[in-house]
Amino acid sequence: MQTKRTIFHNRWLPYLLLAPQLAITVIFFLWPAAQAVRQSFLREDAFGLKTEFVGLGNYLRLFSDPSYLNAFQVTAVFAVSVAALSMGLALLLAVAVDRVLRANQSYTTLLVWPYAVAPAVAGVLWWFLFNPTIGILPYALEQLGYDWNHNLDGTDAMILVVIAASWKQISYNFLFFVAGLQAIPQSLREAAAIDGAGPVERFFTVVFPLLSPTTFFLLVINVTYTMFETFAVIDAATEGGPSQATNILVYKVYRDGFVSLNLGSSAAQSVILMFIVIALTFVQFRWIERRVQY
Amino acid sequence: MYRTFLAGASLAALCAGGAAAQTEITWWHAMGGELGTKLEEIVQGYNDSQDQFEVSPVYKGTYTETMTAAISAFRAGEQPDIVQVFEVGTGTMMAAQGAIYPVYELMEDTGQSFDPEAYLPAVVGYYTDTDGNMLSMPFNSSTPILYYNKAVFEEAGLDPEQPPETWSEVEEASRRIMESGAAECGFTSGWISWIQLENFSAWHDLPIGTQQNGFGGIDPDLTMNGETQVRHWNNLAEWQEAGLFRYGGPGGGDDAPPAFYAGECAMYMNSSASRAGVMANTDFEVGFGMLPHYDDVEGAPQNSIIGGATLWVLRGQSDEEYTGVADFFDYLSSAEVQADWHQFSGYLPITEAAYELSRDQGYYDENPGADTAIEQITLNAPTENSKGLRFGNYVQIRNVIDEEFQNLLSGDKTAQEALDSLVERGNQLIDDFAQANG
Repeated sequence: MQTKRTIFHNRWLPYLLLAPQLAITVIFFLWPAAQAVRQSFLREDAFGLKTEFVGLGNYLRLFSDPSYLNAFQVTAVFAVSVAALSMGLALLLAVAVDRVLRANQSYTTLLVWPYAVAPAVAGVLWWFLFNPTIGILPYALEQLGYDWNHNLDGTDAMILVVIAASWKQISYNFLFFVAGLQAIPQSLREAAAIDGAGPVERFFTVVFPLLSPTTFFLLVINVTYTMFETFAVIDAATEGGPSQATNILVYKVYRDGFVSLNLGSSAAQSVILMFIVIALTFVQFRWIERRVQY
Repeated sequence: MYRTFLAGASLAALCAGGAAAQTEITWWHAMGGELGTKLEEIVQGYNDSQDQFEVSPVYKGTYTETMTAAISAFRAGEQPDIVQVFEVGTGTMMAAQGAIYPVYELMEDTGQSFDPEAYLPAVVGYYTDTDGNMLSMPFNSSTPILYYNKAVFEEAGLDPEQPPETWSEVEEASRRIMESGAAECGFTSGWISWIQLENFSAWHDLPIGTQQNGFGGIDPDLTMNGETQVRHWNNLAEWQEAGLFRYGGPGGGDDAPPAFYAGECAMYMNSSASRAGVMANTDFEVGFGMLPHYDDVEGAPQNSIIGGATLWVLRGQSDEEYTGVADFFDYLSSAEVQADWHQFSGYLPITEAAYELSRDQGYYDENPGADTAIEQITLNAPTENSKGLRFGNYVQIRNVIDEEFQNLLSGDKTAQEALDSLVERGNQLIDDFAQANG
């Protein structure tokens, strides 16, 4: 690891230079986080007129609440499905582009486009395509004998949000996989080819193992993405329904806090989420960041 | 900020030699689109009519967003004078006694003439406390009615001038419509919670909860899992299975209107304020009827209950502003303004005078069906079961209703199980509310 050392002769200059960033961190991150922690120990009416300290009451309630445990389960299914689908497809596309001799630049550009679409727009788009009344896909599925209805069927709804969330993420994963593939020395593949390994064998014995740092990195990024950045997709496509089948943790924080005005419980949920983020970040820096070679 | 404004204004007044200082009144509302434009027009009318007060309306998004924004603003000490809150938020607003300024008190304190008797009882009943005092100002209230496609009725060999009155007639008509191929489905419905449970109960004179549907206390229990409600939900599930009924989705039921507009479903239950949308989006002749009832249930049909929103006044402003609010409310409830708003939007006329004025103007003769909602809501004097409902955390309970209805339709639960679970979960939410506000 290379390090750069700058010696400041003025004692205050480094602090002055850091001040804007520190101020932003304190005002927009630390202060609200502290507020959330404080709020999570209180029970309060919506207007804040009556406040009562309840200790860990909000947390204890959560872990005996079936709908919160359901949200955990839903989040796990959602995160794993989106990561598997978006990374699987992205890898497939990256390998395909890597093998194309001509015009792979244009394929790359085209494949990156969905990443520019705002999550809310992606949600609406897929909601529209899958709408049981006016959508084209349920109509096609009906011809195949499948009665699609994400308004009532929890599995259908989950498939819908997984597709909508993955579709966007494929582009991002794709870029990293392409870069990862290009970093693999051609000589290794050629050596394997001379030893008589076919394209499929070469991929699994040479290319994929060499891609593993990229894969691990993307896995963490994708899990973080599905847990925290898919709010708009859920809100636009299913609003957490039907019957909480797509109510992921982040969406539940919003619903309970901003729609239901149950601030204590919502704050306790954000604090739990905060610990999950800390854990994920820790995993990323401790184990993955070291092994990724850019 | 207000003080600086006032200081600046008085300074300006001194300089200008006596030009009147206007007191500004902010009104946060949730009326988007054409309703929002109309609202601004009404406010403009008020601002032009006098020069003492200036009302400035601010659109804050959906009902939920508007209410949440007002509550957060109150916590930060930046609240507006007036906020529009939907009917299910009533319990929450009422319980916040230090935050709201009840309308009857406001009118009394400012010496504004005010006659609660002038308002339609079915409307006002929803927003009064147990002593009969009006807490918020009714503005836009509606009630669900039945819309039907006359062309489809005719094609199916049904009398297009005779809307079905009972649920067995709805079932019978739906079967004939489907068998004749006149339409794909019999009926659909917006707002399952509001129409197929709350209004359904009131219409059959059945309680929704104890303590007079929550009007009498802060800790009532829900009782929506009665025999007749179970029977109705069971029927809806069976009819959905058979294709007679089509589910329009949770909340307002976004998929219901297009199904009716496109002629796929022959009948459609939704708010009387959907009338404008129905007229604008259909090219067939539309009939109007009251909500269906089960004719073997004693006391049915009773009267339906309202939905929509009222205007709440928040504490923490100056006396001048409250005088202005009272004056503005007086203007808002005048027969001319109310009749204009009612005829434009399809919301109910709030006062008897506005209803009479609309009748004299020939509005109901020119627009048949526009008075169905009024007839239905005033069909009988409201009972304890049909005055409305008032439960804390009801915004969440509405979500629970949607979820349990989805469990019913997807076959995960029977009607009895769904409604039992609804009552259990709802009671938990009411308990929470009582604890936080007790």
